Amino acid sequence: MKLPTPPLPRALKPKPGRPGSRPPGNGDANGTGGNGKVRDLRPGTPDGNGERPSKGGPRVDRERFKEQALEVPIGVAGWLDERSGMSPFVRGLAYRKVPRGTNWWYTLGSATMFAFVAQAVTGVFLAMYYNPAPSEAYESITHITNDLFLGEFVRGMHKWGSTVMVILIFLHMARTFFFGAYKYPRELNWVIGVVLLVLTLAMGLSGYLLPFDQRGFWATVVAVNINASAPVMGPYIADFLRGGSEFTATTLSRFYSIHMLIIPGLIAALIGAHLYLVAKLGTTAPPWLKAEKAKALNQEEL
Amino acid sequence: MNNREKEDYLREYSILKGEGKSFFPYAIAKDGSMAVITMLVIIVLTLALGAELGPKADATTTSFSPRPEWYFFFLFELLRVVKPPELTFLATMGIPTICLVLLLLLPFFDRSPERNPLKRPIATLAGITTIVAMAYLTLLGALGGSPTEIELQAAGQEDGKQATASSGCLGCHRIGENGNEIGPELTEVGARLPREAIARTLVNPTQPMPSYAKLQKQDPEKFQDMVDFLASLK
Repeated sequence: MKLPTPPLPRALKPKPGRPGSRPPGNGDANGTGGNGKVRDLRPGTPDGNGERPSKGGPRVDRERFKEQALEVPIGVAGWLDERSGMSPFVRGLAYRKVPRGTNWWYTLGSATMFAFVAQAVTGVFLAMYYNPAPSEAYESITHITNDLFLGEFVRGMHKWGSTVMVILIFLHMARTFFFGAYKYPRELNWVIGVVLLVLTLAMGLSGYLLPFDQRGFWATVVAVNINASAPVMGPYIADFLRGGSEFTATTLSRFYSIHMLIIPGLIAALIGAHLYLVAKLGTTAPPWLKAEKAKALNQEEL
Repeated sequence: MNNREKEDYLREYSILKGEGKSFFPYAIAKDGSMAVITMLVIIVLTLALGAELGPKADATTTSFSPRPEWYFFFLFELLRVVKPPELTFLATMGIPTICLVLLLLLPFFDRSPERNPLKRPIATLAGITTIVAMAYLTLLGALGGSPTEIELQAAGQEDGKQATASSGCLGCHRIGENGNEIGPELTEVGARLPREAIARTLVNPTQPMPSYAKLQKQDPEKFQDMVDFLASLK
């Protein structure tokens, strides 16, 4: 199905020329202003100069200034578009239709993504001061908490951001489940979403060790032992996580790199795929809605 | 879903989509408001509850009760619900893995075209049951101690634990999961030796164990705590 071309935003529409600025010999103002180009409105231009004084200077000046100011973003957008050709794509993305009945339940996915972005930002700031050595980790966390400007706040946001992200991702999944949104043609997006859920929980698990306090340490020991109890692959996974058969200095730096490089990279890539499919397939309509036209058509057939 | 049902869905969806509004600015306004609310919730939680940091990790601690993040409580609680040790792997890996595979493959075994939750009672009931079960296990996990607390007997001996951990016993002896096996294991030493015997051994040990007579003189309280703790290991 092909969607109708969405309308241009107002700022980009060709403007009808003002009476005074119409160049002589060109009857239709829309035609001249058109073909997408912005007209020359520099102060020195001869056209329109004659009428300005009679119309009351300041007002015209202000309007002229407004148009000139508008030229800057339009110029930048035009420059980018000329070189990237991305404007049809961006316009298609921004002006794509969202089905009737789209409600607040449909914001949970984007909110989860926003929570991930917040985690990434606070995480980057924490990484600037964190030191993943067993003898230094705890001290660097107390340094962040006690000495740095807003340090405790950023660490708190990272900690509670994880809680919020986990709640949001579960709510998002519950919405998808109860609305039947995982059904044809969105099965693949459901699978990606479940992988994202697992990765999010893995983030919570791997991050728990990093402050290197008693809670995190022993909880991680237990979690890795639980992993080791799995049949066949269990001991190997546990050895991989610990970087050997014992908890050592390697374990902490290994968890650190898993927590801030491997899993976030995977999450970002999978969010990209998830979003691509959302934009491509569209979000579902609430399942209780029936298309009115379809209803009418069906009745006609009968 | 057969091909007809697929086409029916796509047709109906395209009509519903046509009846809708554009993503920008209508949907993005909602998404943006939700992002602001998310941010505010995170900030309020941070300001209200702060970022707690426990004591530094100590690998020699023998009876610290580990608690995971609250959103793993339901998994930990499974450990307690499944009692027999030969079934432990069911609780640790079996049930979670099966649930995860079921979740992952959901669109491949639930292929009916119906989407309304009220018209697919099995799926809706299964979903609600799962949520209630997870909430119940999370609540149990929040109210109860950690699963390993049950196995370790030495609760309520904080001072003794600290003393033992800082006296280097684990350099030679094994207590529970930790420590070396140069000397005899101390996990159940309280069952083998009475309290006085432990104190006597500490002061006047067999070689090569160092004597703790100095500790008894300098810090008798710490010494007593250590003896109490070791005697409580049964």
